[in-house]
Amino acid sequence: MRSEELPLHRQLGLTDDELAQIEATLGREPNRTELAMYSVMWSEHCSYKSSKIHLRSLPTEGPAVLVGPGQDAGAVEVGDGIAVVFKIESHSHPSAIEPYQGAATGVGGIVRDVVSMGARPVALLDPLLFGPLTEERNRWLLAGVIAGIGGYGNCIGVPTVGGEIRFADAHTTDPTVDVMCVGIADAADLITAQSRTAQAGSLMVLYGASTGRDGIGGVSVLASATLEDGAEGSRPSVQIGDPFAEKLLIEASLELIAAGSLEGLQDLGGAGITCAVSESATRAGMGASLDLDAVPLREPGMVPFEILTSESQERMLAIVHPSKLGEVRAVLDRWGLTTAVIGELTPGGTLTVRSGGAVVAEVPAPSLADDGPVYDRPAVRPARAVGNGEDPTFVPFEKDLTEAVLTVLTAPNVASKRWAFEQYDRVVQGNTVAGPDSDAAVVRVAGTLKGLALSTDSKSRFGRLDPFLGAAHAVAESARNVAVTGATPIAITNCLNFGNPERPEVMWELTESIRGIRDACLAFDTPVTGGNVSLYNESGDSAIWPTPVIGMLGLLEDYRLRAPSGFPRPGMAIYLAGETFAELGGSEFAEAVLGVVTGKPPALDLSKERALHRFLIAAAGSAVLASAHDCGDGGLVIALLEAAIGGGHGFAVSLAGDLPSHVALFSESASRAVLSVDPADEEAFVRLAAEHGVPVARLGETGGPRALVEGLFDVPVDELRDAWETAIPRLLGET
Amino acid sequence: MNGAVPRVGVVTFPGSLDDRDALRAIEQMGGEAVPLWHADRDLRAVDAVILPGGFSYGDYLRCGAIARFAPVMEPVVTFAERGGPVLGICNGFQVLCEAGLLPGAMIRNRSLRFVCRNVWLRVETAQSSLTGGLTPGETIEIPIKHGEGQWIATPEQLGNVERDGLVVFRYASRTGIVDDAHNPNGATNNVAGIRNPAGNVVGLMPHPEHAIDPDVGPTGGQPLFASLLHVAMAGVTG
Repeated sequence: MRSEELPLHRQLGLTDDELAQIEATLGREPNRTELAMYSVMWSEHCSYKSSKIHLRSLPTEGPAVLVGPGQDAGAVEVGDGIAVVFKIESHSHPSAIEPYQGAATGVGGIVRDVVSMGARPVALLDPLLFGPLTEERNRWLLAGVIAGIGGYGNCIGVPTVGGEIRFADAHTTDPTVDVMCVGIADAADLITAQSRTAQAGSLMVLYGASTGRDGIGGVSVLASATLEDGAEGSRPSVQIGDPFAEKLLIEASLELIAAGSLEGLQDLGGAGITCAVSESATRAGMGASLDLDAVPLREPGMVPFEILTSESQERMLAIVHPSKLGEVRAVLDRWGLTTAVIGELTPGGTLTVRSGGAVVAEVPAPSLADDGPVYDRPAVRPARAVGNGEDPTFVPFEKDLTEAVLTVLTAPNVASKRWAFEQYDRVVQGNTVAGPDSDAAVVRVAGTLKGLALSTDSKSRFGRLDPFLGAAHAVAESARNVAVTGATPIAITNCLNFGNPERPEVMWELTESIRGIRDACLAFDTPVTGGNVSLYNESGDSAIWPTPVIGMLGLLEDYRLRAPSGFPRPGMAIYLAGETFAELGGSEFAEAVLGVVTGKPPALDLSKERALHRFLIAAAGSAVLASAHDCGDGGLVIALLEAAIGGGHGFAVSLAGDLPSHVALFSESASRAVLSVDPADEEAFVRLAAEHGVPVARLGETGGPRALVEGLFDVPVDELRDAWETAIPRLLGET
Repeated sequence: MNGAVPRVGVVTFPGSLDDRDALRAIEQMGGEAVPLWHADRDLRAVDAVILPGGFSYGDYLRCGAIARFAPVMEPVVTFAERGGPVLGICNGFQVLCEAGLLPGAMIRNRSLRFVCRNVWLRVETAQSSLTGGLTPGETIEIPIKHGEGQWIATPEQLGNVERDGLVVFRYASRTGIVDDAHNPNGATNNVAGIRNPAGNVVGLMPHPEHAIDPDVGPTGGQPLFASLLHVAMAGVTG
């Protein structure tokens, strides 16, 4: 059946049951405009209908949490009345079709989310997953996405300080493009941004860009369905970004908030005016009267449903008391922004939309914003899951170890991502203490000694083998990345990237992953303050691997005590904190050298992990750490090499124990870190480790031009750096 | 005027990004930072002017092409012609070229990509408001971050610039070797910054305002701001 022969509600992505629910709500058939409004608001992207009941199991409360899930972004207090606002979101589907604009508008959207909470954006991080670079289309996607992130982020004056770039076959058709934004506000200003004080008669002021036909139905057409052949035909559903307009929006909005001119503020993102108006009204406990004739349009002849669902970028909706309209207009005029009063809040809960003087839609606002369908979709564990295939841990390895180390060091997941990070402005605002080449970025809070440690992590290779463990590992690694800098993990945001939830296998992966996040967050006291769910990341019957991406916020009370990740000086003692077990299942070694993603992922003992975090925080805080680096992809040997390359100093170590050599080098056992310690501090260091119940083993010392693992590996650091740094450019055909 | 502090203005155009950073750098180096607004024709009696980095008016046409017509540029040009110290950083450099205060123009980087990294600059002359205390041949470390930073000039302009010693900084190695391997954007003759013949107007692509505080980057910008404040101070006391 061709799509134009389908009934309208199905063309718009609504099911027959959902249509019946709309009819029951209205007591009549919806007209076409109303149907379009429901289709975008009840889309998977806006309503979270498949994930909602599962997300409720996540821990969302804690003493530091100011704003939990459900708002534009979450917020925590980090002391002294300073609120940190942060959220992660995906823009994967648009990026698969038009990588530059897809990624660029993803940045714009999350930045507006943070601004609309009343916070100044201070950092961006971009976790990205692509298919292998051996395919030309994947190289095109990578280049376009990186350029788009830089092209937008660099023009709005927000530093891009981190993120990760990973590669897997499963992302060939469906790249994962997530972006996290972090902002800082006075805790007292947050309330301004949330429509709490709004009242009937308050005006709805739309400002920023005019409304065009770009991005119509983006949330329902692109974000809530799989990409099939001919998806390029969806290109008009991708929005076009204008970072200059965004910069003006940021400055004008923050000026209005600081002046106390607003009763509420919301950005226009997915589902456009429909979403912003219905949510603003619902949060205020009111209805709204909306006049589409007042909306500034980019082109003539736009019909009501287009105006209501357009996702034109760089627009904000403010709720303004009539007495403040003059001062609001003055600020917006000064920044050269178009302003229009498009309606007002009304008593009751009805959203009435007029066009040409006639009522074109009349629906209960909460039915759009809050009362969408909720599904408990069937979840079935697939036959292949958990420990599938032969576990590589127990396969004898007879080949050359030096070659294997170099293969892992230059594997795309491990190799330097400088090619990408150099395209991001990481220094603007002048607070970037540590950037993308660190385990966690550190951004200081201007005017204080506080530092925000930020990391985004996914472990989808583990997730492919065991989604529960994969998700728990992602939380553990993000907390560890923050803790190795010396920061205390505070809270997370998460982006759940999965396939089609209507398939029971995908639903099982989703529920298992949420369970993993829950357990780890409970163990680490890091509540979930919000996030995003990106489903339907599949084409044909091939879904992406379960990919929950964790965005961790950590706090350093004194950023000057941050531990660097590289060896800072020769003559330091090198220690491994934590224990190494025979665990090569799902490892980088298994994938890069053996060519398999099989076996059982490493075990994860959450209490041991937490003990390691506490030890690292205490050690950095008492300045007994010269450096600290997370032991992750590629295992101990890669952690050693990265610390040597990063710090510019070689090392000589020997590995005791009875593990086979390749297992000792490459095992990805959890809860470990490579530390260097000044000999003068060793005694205090060892005592501190014992107090925290963390086993530490002295491996050797830093110094010299070579990276030497006794009896196993001996290569000059300069050679290793060259191989590590040129691997990605070589894959892109640039050297 | 004992105890006087030089007042240094920083112009905010719509789309300026490093304006706050320049203001902060001035204060960290002991000057009084004065915000200036693109739509005002008033320089607020400052002793020096900085045109900061960013993407003025979005730079959708040609970098700096619209900013040069901003109302504030009228008094800036007059100020510069009277010998007042004017510094253009990155986008500000592009604006100075568009305004005809400095020769040449910037085009897209050779790589066709934006590039953000710390680079070494070799100081070519002490005869500028920015390099007063420095010795030709010494090197300083400063970050760059731009997509259109490749300085080019007509053969005639280039001849004049080199003959008159108007190059202030060249991209170089840490030890001062100027070669193609240390040219991050393909700039002609590795030019990173130039001056006008009088030396009061200087433009450069690297960001000295991001090289003041050792906690967040290198410190090669300190002597440059010290020189600028010194020259501005001479205006105060003179």
